Amino acid sequence: MARTLIHAPTTARKGEVIEVRTLIAHPMETGYRAGSDGRTLPRDIIRRFSCRYNGELVFSADLYPAISANPYFAFHVVANASGSFSFTWEGDNGFAQTESAAITVA
Amino acid sequence: MRVSLASIAAMLGLLYASSVYAQAAPDKRRSGFDTMSARVQAMQRDDLQNPGMLWVADGEVLWKKIFGISFSCAHCHNDAKQSMKGVAAKYPDWDPIEKRPVSLSQRINLCRTRHQLVQPLPPESVELLGLEAYVAHQSRGMPLTPSTAKELIEPRERGRLQYEQRIGQLNLSCAQCHDERAGKSLAGSTIPEGHVNGYPTYRLEWQGLGSLQRRLRNCLSGVRAEPPPFNSIEMVELELYLAQRSAGMKIETPAVRP
Repeated sequence: MARTLIHAPTTARKGEVIEVRTLIAHPMETGYRAGSDGRTLPRDIIRRFSCRYNGELVFSADLYPAISANPYFAFHVVANASGSFSFTWEGDNGFAQTESAAITVA
Repeated sequence: MRVSLASIAAMLGLLYASSVYAQAAPDKRRSGFDTMSARVQAMQRDDLQNPGMLWVADGEVLWKKIFGISFSCAHCHNDAKQSMKGVAAKYPDWDPIEKRPVSLSQRINLCRTRHQLVQPLPPESVELLGLEAYVAHQSRGMPLTPSTAKELIEPRERGRLQYEQRIGQLNLSCAQCHDERAGKSLAGSTIPEGHVNGYPTYRLEWQGLGSLQRRLRNCLSGVRAEPPPFNSIEMVELELYLAQRSAGMKIETPAVRP
Protein backbone atom coordinates (compact mmCIF):
# COMPACT_ATOMS: atom_id res chain seq x y z
CA MET A 1 0.00 0.00 0.00
CA ALA A 2 1.32 3.36 -0.99
CA ARG A 3 1.17 6.16 1.53
CA THR A 4 -1.43 8.83 0.70
CA LEU A 5 -2.25 12.22 2.16
CA ILE A 6 -5.79 13.42 1.50
CA HIS A 7 -7.31 16.73 2.42
CA ALA A 8 -11.08 17.11 2.02
CA PRO A 9 -13.35 19.13 4.33
CA THR A 10 -15.39 16.93 6.66
CA THR A 11 -18.29 19.40 6.74
CA ALA A 12 -19.68 21.81 4.15
CA ARG A 13 -22.79 23.86 3.38
CA LYS A 14 -25.04 22.63 0.58
CA GLY A 15 -23.95 24.06 -2.74
CA GLU A 16 -20.55 25.14 -1.39
CA VAL A 17 -17.56 24.75 -3.68
CA ILE A 18 -14.92 22.79 -1.77
CA GLU A 19 -11.32 22.01 -2.58
CA VAL A 20 -10.10 18.43 -2.44
CA ARG A 21 -6.38 17.67 -2.48
CA THR A 22 -4.51 14.38 -2.68
CA LEU A 23 -0.91 13.26 -2.64
CA ILE A 24 0.31 9.69 -3.15
CA ALA A 25 3.74 8.11 -2.79
CA HIS A 26 4.67 6.60 -6.16
CA PRO A 27 8.00 6.50 -8.06
CA MET A 28 6.44 7.28 -11.50
CA GLU A 29 9.33 5.52 -13.23
CA THR A 30 9.25 6.76 -16.83
CA GLY A 31 10.49 3.67 -18.65
CA TYR A 32 13.19 5.76 -20.33
CA ARG A 33 15.83 5.87 -17.59
CA ALA A 34 18.78 3.56 -17.22
CA GLY A 35 19.41 1.83 -13.91
CA SER A 36 22.79 1.48 -12.22
CA ASP A 37 23.51 -1.61 -14.35
CA GLY A 38 22.89 0.34 -17.56
CA ARG A 39 19.67 -1.46 -18.42
CA THR A 40 16.50 0.49 -19.00
CA LEU A 41 14.23 0.46 -15.97
CA PRO A 42 10.76 -0.80 -16.88
CA ARG A 43 7.98 1.75 -16.85
CA ASP A 44 6.05 1.94 -13.59
CA ILE A 45 3.57 4.79 -13.50
CA ILE A 46 0.08 5.55 -12.25
CA ARG A 47 -2.05 5.72 -15.38
CA ARG A 48 -5.33 7.00 -14.03
CA PHE A 49 -6.66 8.84 -11.04
CA SER A 50 -10.35 9.22 -10.35
CA CYS A 51 -12.54 10.63 -7.62
CA ARG A 52 -16.12 9.53 -7.06
CA TYR A 53 -18.54 11.45 -4.86
CA ASN A 54 -21.30 9.14 -3.63
CA GLY A 55 -20.57 6.88 -6.59
CA GLU A 56 -20.64 9.61 -9.21
CA LEU A 57 -17.44 10.37 -11.09
CA VAL A 58 -16.58 14.02 -10.33
CA PHE A 59 -12.92 14.19 -11.35
CA SER A 60 -10.50 12.01 -13.27
CA ALA A 61 -7.11 12.39 -14.86
CA ASP A 62 -4.88 10.32 -17.14
CA LEU A 63 -1.22 10.31 -16.16
CA TYR A 64 1.80 9.98 -18.42
CA PRO A 65 5.53 9.30 -17.92
CA ALA A 66 6.41 13.01 -17.80
CA ILE A 67 4.49 13.48 -14.55
CA SER A 68 6.78 13.63 -11.54
CA ALA A 69 7.00 11.15 -8.68
CA ASN A 70 4.47 11.39 -5.85
CA PRO A 71 1.71 13.01 -7.95
CA TYR A 72 -0.41 15.71 -6.33
CA PHE A 73 -3.94 16.62 -7.40
CA ALA A 74 -6.10 19.52 -6.31
CA PHE A 75 -9.60 20.07 -7.66
CA HIS A 76 -12.95 21.59 -6.72
CA VAL A 77 -16.25 19.86 -6.13
CA VAL A 78 -19.73 21.24 -5.37
CA ALA A 79 -20.91 19.77 -2.07
CA ASN A 80 -24.53 18.71 -2.62
CA ALA A 81 -25.07 15.73 -0.30
CA SER A 82 -23.57 14.01 2.73
CA GLY A 83 -21.64 10.87 1.95
CA SER A 84 -18.13 9.98 0.94
CA PHE A 85 -15.42 10.57 -1.60
CA SER A 86 -13.64 7.60 -3.00
CA PHE A 87 -10.23 8.13 -4.59
CA THR A 88 -8.72 5.53 -6.90
CA TRP A 89 -5.24 5.37 -8.38
CA GLU A 90 -4.55 2.71 -11.01
CA GLY A 91 -1.33 1.98 -12.84
CA ASP A 92 1.32 -0.33 -14.18
CA ASN A 93 2.13 -3.69 -12.56
CA GLY A 94 -1.41 -4.02 -11.30
CA PHE A 95 -1.13 -0.95 -9.07
CA ALA A 96 -4.54 -0.12 -7.64
CA GLN A 97 -5.35 1.77 -4.51
CA THR A 98 -8.56 3.20 -3.18
CA GLU A 99 -8.96 5.57 -0.27
CA SER A 100 -12.05 7.34 1.00
CA ALA A 101 -13.04 10.41 2.97
CA ALA A 102 -16.40 11.19 4.55
CA ILE A 103 -18.22 14.51 4.28
CA THR A 104 -21.31 15.88 6.06
CA VAL A 105 -23.30 18.47 4.13
CA ALA A 106 -25.70 20.59 6.13
CA MET B 1 48.79 41.55 38.97
CA ARG B 2 47.55 44.96 38.02
CA VAL B 3 48.55 44.29 34.43
CA SER B 4 46.68 41.00 34.26
CA LEU B 5 43.61 42.59 35.83
CA ALA B 6 43.77 45.34 33.26
CA SER B 7 44.13 42.83 30.46
CA ILE B 8 41.17 40.85 31.81
CA ALA B 9 39.14 44.02 31.93
CA ALA B 10 40.17 44.80 28.38
CA MET B 11 39.19 41.30 27.27
CA LEU B 12 35.84 41.58 28.99
CA GLY B 13 35.38 44.90 27.28
CA LEU B 14 36.17 43.31 23.93
CA LEU B 15 33.83 40.41 24.65
CA TYR B 16 31.11 42.85 25.58
CA ALA B 17 31.73 44.87 22.45
CA SER B 18 31.69 41.79 20.25
CA SER B 19 28.46 40.52 21.79
CA VAL B 20 26.85 43.92 21.28
CA TYR B 21 28.09 43.82 17.71
CA ALA B 22 26.73 40.30 17.25
CA GLN B 23 23.34 41.46 18.45
CA ALA B 24 23.37 44.54 16.31
CA ALA B 25 24.49 42.85 13.09
CA PRO B 26 21.52 41.35 11.23
CA ASP B 27 21.82 37.71 10.21
CA LYS B 28 22.75 37.84 6.55
CA ARG B 29 22.64 34.10 6.09
CA ARG B 30 19.95 32.89 3.75
CA SER B 31 18.33 29.48 3.86
CA GLY B 32 18.03 27.65 0.56
CA PHE B 33 14.33 28.39 0.96
CA ASP B 34 14.91 32.12 0.41
CA THR B 35 16.75 31.66 -2.88
CA MET B 36 14.44 29.15 -4.56
CA SER B 37 11.47 29.94 -6.80
CA ALA B 38 8.10 30.95 -5.36
CA ARG B 39 6.53 27.76 -6.72
CA VAL B 40 8.93 25.48 -4.87
CA GLN B 41 8.52 27.64 -1.76
CA ALA B 42 4.75 27.15 -1.95
CA MET B 43 5.31 23.42 -2.26
CA GLN B 44 7.36 23.37 0.94
CA ARG B 45 4.99 25.62 2.88
CA ASP B 46 1.92 23.50 2.25
CA ASP B 47 2.14 20.21 4.13
CA LEU B 48 -0.25 18.62 1.68
CA GLN B 49 1.81 19.51 -1.36
CA ASN B 50 5.13 18.76 0.31
CA PRO B 51 5.96 15.17 -0.71
CA GLY B 52 8.41 14.97 2.22
CA MET B 53 5.36 14.67 4.45
CA LEU B 54 4.77 11.20 2.96
CA TRP B 55 8.02 10.07 4.60
CA VAL B 56 7.08 11.83 7.84
CA ALA B 57 3.79 9.92 7.82
CA ASP B 58 5.74 6.70 7.23
CA GLY B 59 8.03 7.54 10.13
CA GLU B 60 5.08 8.10 12.44
CA VAL B 61 3.88 4.56 11.74
CA LEU B 62 7.39 3.13 12.21
CA TRP B 63 7.75 5.02 15.51
CA LYS B 64 4.92 2.93 16.93
CA LYS B 65 5.86 -0.32 15.20
CA ILE B 66 7.33 -3.05 17.37
CA PHE B 67 10.75 -4.12 16.17
CA GLY B 68 12.72 -7.09 17.45
CA ILE B 69 11.41 -8.69 20.59
CA SER B 70 9.07 -6.15 22.07
CA PHE B 71 10.24 -2.60 21.66
CA SER B 72 8.88 0.16 19.50
CA CYS B 73 10.51 3.60 19.60
CA ALA B 74 7.41 4.79 21.45
CA HIS B 75 7.95 2.25 24.25
CA CYS B 76 10.92 4.24 25.54
CA HIS B 77 10.38 7.68 24.04
CA ASN B 78 6.57 7.88 24.28
CA ASP B 79 5.01 10.57 22.14
CA ALA B 80 7.60 11.89 19.70
CA LYS B 81 5.74 15.20 19.48
CA GLN B 82 6.98 15.90 23.00
CA SER B 83 10.04 13.73 23.52
CA MET B 84 11.70 14.47 20.16
CA LYS B 85 11.04 18.22 20.15
CA GLY B 86 14.38 19.94 19.65
CA VAL B 87 16.35 16.69 19.53
CA ALA B 88 17.33 16.93 15.86
CA ALA B 89 18.53 20.51 16.44
CA LYS B 90 21.65 19.37 18.32
CA TYR B 91 22.82 16.56 16.03
CA PRO B 92 25.44 15.32 15.18
CA ASP B 93 26.20 14.67 18.83
CA TRP B 94 28.92 12.87 20.77
CA ASP B 95 28.26 9.22 21.59
CA PRO B 96 30.12 8.29 24.79
CA ILE B 97 29.94 4.54 24.10
CA GLU B 98 31.12 4.60 20.49
CA LYS B 99 33.47 7.46 21.41
CA ARG B 100 32.74 9.26 18.15
CA PRO B 101 30.31 11.86 16.87
CA VAL B 102 27.14 10.35 15.41
CA SER B 103 24.53 11.79 13.07
CA LEU B 104 20.81 11.58 13.79
CA SER B 105 20.32 8.58 11.50
CA GLN B 106 23.25 6.78 13.15
CA ARG B 107 21.70 7.55 16.54
CA ILE B 108 18.45 5.93 15.36
CA ASN B 109 20.40 2.87 14.24
CA LEU B 110 22.31 2.73 17.55
CA CYS B 111 18.96 2.65 19.34
CA ARG B 112 18.00 -0.27 17.13
CA THR B 113 21.14 -2.28 17.79
CA ARG B 114 21.47 -1.45 21.49
CA HIS B 115 17.89 -1.48 22.70
CA GLN B 116 15.62 -3.00 20.09
CA LEU B 117 18.29 -5.64 19.30
CA VAL B 118 17.60 -5.58 15.57
CA GLN B 119 19.75 -4.95 12.50
CA PRO B 120 20.53 -1.32 11.67
CA LEU B 121 18.56 0.08 8.73
CA PRO B 122 20.61 0.65 5.56
CA PRO B 123 21.52 4.27 4.72
CA GLU B 124 18.93 6.04 2.55
CA SER B 125 16.37 3.27 3.05
CA VAL B 126 12.73 4.39 3.13
CA GLU B 127 12.43 3.28 6.76
CA LEU B 128 15.50 5.11 8.02
CA LEU B 129 14.66 8.29 6.12
CA GLY B 130 11.10 8.05 7.40
CA LEU B 131 12.18 7.79 11.04
CA GLU B 132 14.80 10.50 10.63
CA ALA B 133 12.31 12.81 8.91
CA TYR B 134 9.68 12.13 11.56
CA VAL B 135 12.09 12.88 14.41
CA ALA B 136 13.55 15.97 12.73
CA HIS B 137 10.06 17.21 11.81
CA GLN B 138 9.28 17.54 15.53
CA SER B 139 11.88 20.34 15.66
CA ARG B 140 10.51 22.28 12.70
CA GLY B 141 10.62 26.00 13.37
CA MET B 142 13.21 25.63 16.14
CA PRO B 143 16.73 27.02 15.69
CA LEU B 144 19.66 24.68 15.09
CA THR B 145 21.54 24.50 18.41
CA PRO B 146 24.62 22.33 17.87
CA SER B 147 25.82 20.28 20.80
CA THR B 148 28.46 22.02 22.92
CA ALA B 149 30.12 18.78 24.06
CA LYS B 150 33.84 19.46 24.38
CA GLU B 151 34.68 16.18 22.64
CA LEU B 152 33.17 17.66 19.49
CA ILE B 153 35.54 20.64 19.26
CA GLU B 154 38.29 18.77 17.46
CA PRO B 155 36.09 16.78 15.07
CA ARG B 156 34.23 19.99 14.21
CA GLU B 157 37.50 21.71 13.43
CA ARG B 158 38.50 18.80 11.18
CA GLY B 159 35.14 19.28 9.47
CA ARG B 160 35.95 22.93 8.87
CA LEU B 161 39.31 22.01 7.35
CA GLN B 162 37.52 19.55 5.04
CA TYR B 163 35.08 22.31 4.07
CA GLU B 164 37.94 24.60 3.11
CA GLN B 165 40.10 21.96 1.45
CA ARG B 166 40.28 22.01 -2.35
CA ILE B 167 39.41 18.56 -3.63
CA GLY B 168 38.62 16.56 -6.76
CA GLN B 169 39.63 16.95 -10.38
CA LEU B 170 37.92 20.35 -10.43
CA ASN B 171 40.07 21.33 -7.45
CA LEU B 172 37.28 23.16 -5.64
CA SER B 173 36.53 23.45 -1.95
CA CYS B 174 33.03 23.64 -0.48
CA ALA B 175 33.84 27.18 0.67
CA GLN B 176 34.68 28.40 -2.83
CA CYS B 177 31.13 27.81 -4.01
CA HIS B 178 29.02 28.10 -0.88
CA ASP B 179 30.84 30.97 0.88
CA GLU B 180 32.60 32.94 -1.85
CA ARG B 181 30.18 32.42 -4.73
CA ALA B 182 26.84 31.85 -3.00
CA GLY B 183 24.05 33.67 -4.80
CA LYS B 184 25.87 33.55 -8.14
CA SER B 185 25.00 31.06 -10.85
CA LEU B 186 26.28 27.62 -11.65
CA ALA B 187 24.87 26.99 -15.11
CA GLY B 188 21.18 27.84 -14.69
CA SER B 189 20.99 27.33 -10.95
CA THR B 190 21.62 29.75 -8.13
CA ILE B 191 24.38 28.54 -5.82
CA PRO B 192 22.84 28.26 -2.34
CA GLU B 193 24.73 29.05 0.84
CA GLY B 194 24.61 25.37 1.69
CA HIS B 195 22.77 25.48 5.00
CA VAL B 196 21.72 22.26 6.64
CA ASN B 197 18.46 23.30 8.28
CA GLY B 198 16.09 21.23 6.16
CA TYR B 199 17.36 17.65 6.17
CA PRO B 200 16.21 15.08 5.28
CA THR B 201 15.17 17.10 2.23
CA TYR B 202 12.84 16.36 -0.66
CA ARG B 203 14.80 17.25 -3.76
CA LEU B 204 12.93 17.63 -7.02
CA GLU B 205 16.05 16.42 -8.82
CA TRP B 206 15.95 13.21 -6.78
CA GLN B 207 12.17 12.84 -6.96
CA GLY B 208 12.51 11.66 -3.41
CA LEU B 209 13.69 12.36 0.12
CA GLY B 210 17.41 12.19 0.86
CA SER B 211 19.78 12.74 3.74
CA LEU B 212 22.42 15.42 4.16
CA GLN B 213 25.09 12.80 3.47
CA ARG B 214 23.48 11.96 0.15
CA ARG B 215 23.56 15.67 -0.70
CA LEU B 216 27.22 15.94 0.33
CA ARG B 217 28.15 12.92 -1.74
CA ASN B 218 26.40 14.55 -4.71
CA CYS B 219 28.45 17.70 -4.29
CA LEU B 220 31.65 15.69 -3.91
CA SER B 221 31.07 13.70 -7.08
CA GLY B 222 30.16 17.03 -8.71
CA VAL B 223 33.71 18.28 -8.17
CA ARG B 224 34.91 14.82 -9.24
CA ALA B 225 36.25 13.85 -5.86
CA GLU B 226 35.78 10.41 -4.37
CA PRO B 227 32.95 10.68 -1.84
CA PRO B 228 33.61 9.00 1.51
CA PRO B 229 31.17 6.18 2.32
CA PHE B 230 27.94 6.82 4.22
CA ASN B 231 28.44 7.34 7.97
CA SER B 232 32.23 7.48 7.64
CA ILE B 233 33.88 9.71 10.23
CA GLU B 234 34.77 12.26 7.53
CA MET B 235 31.12 12.64 6.61
CA VAL B 236 30.01 13.12 10.21
CA GLU B 237 32.80 15.64 10.89
CA LEU B 238 31.72 17.64 7.88
CA GLU B 239 28.12 17.47 9.12
CA LEU B 240 29.31 18.75 12.50
CA TYR B 241 30.95 21.80 10.99
CA LEU B 242 27.98 22.48 8.72
CA ALA B 243 25.58 22.36 11.66
CA GLN B 244 27.74 24.90 13.47
CA ARG B 245 27.83 27.07 10.35
CA SER B 246 24.01 27.04 10.20
CA ALA B 247 23.54 27.41 13.97
CA GLY B 248 20.52 29.48 14.89
CA MET B 249 18.73 28.99 11.58
CA LYS B 250 15.25 27.55 11.80
CA ILE B 251 14.71 23.87 10.99
CA GLU B 252 12.51 23.30 7.93
CA THR B 253 12.39 19.50 7.81
CA PRO B 254 11.14 18.19 5.47
CA ALA B 255 12.37 20.99 3.23
CA VAL B 256 11.75 20.95 -0.53
CA ARG B 257 14.64 21.95 -2.78
CA PRO B 258 14.97 22.13 -6.57
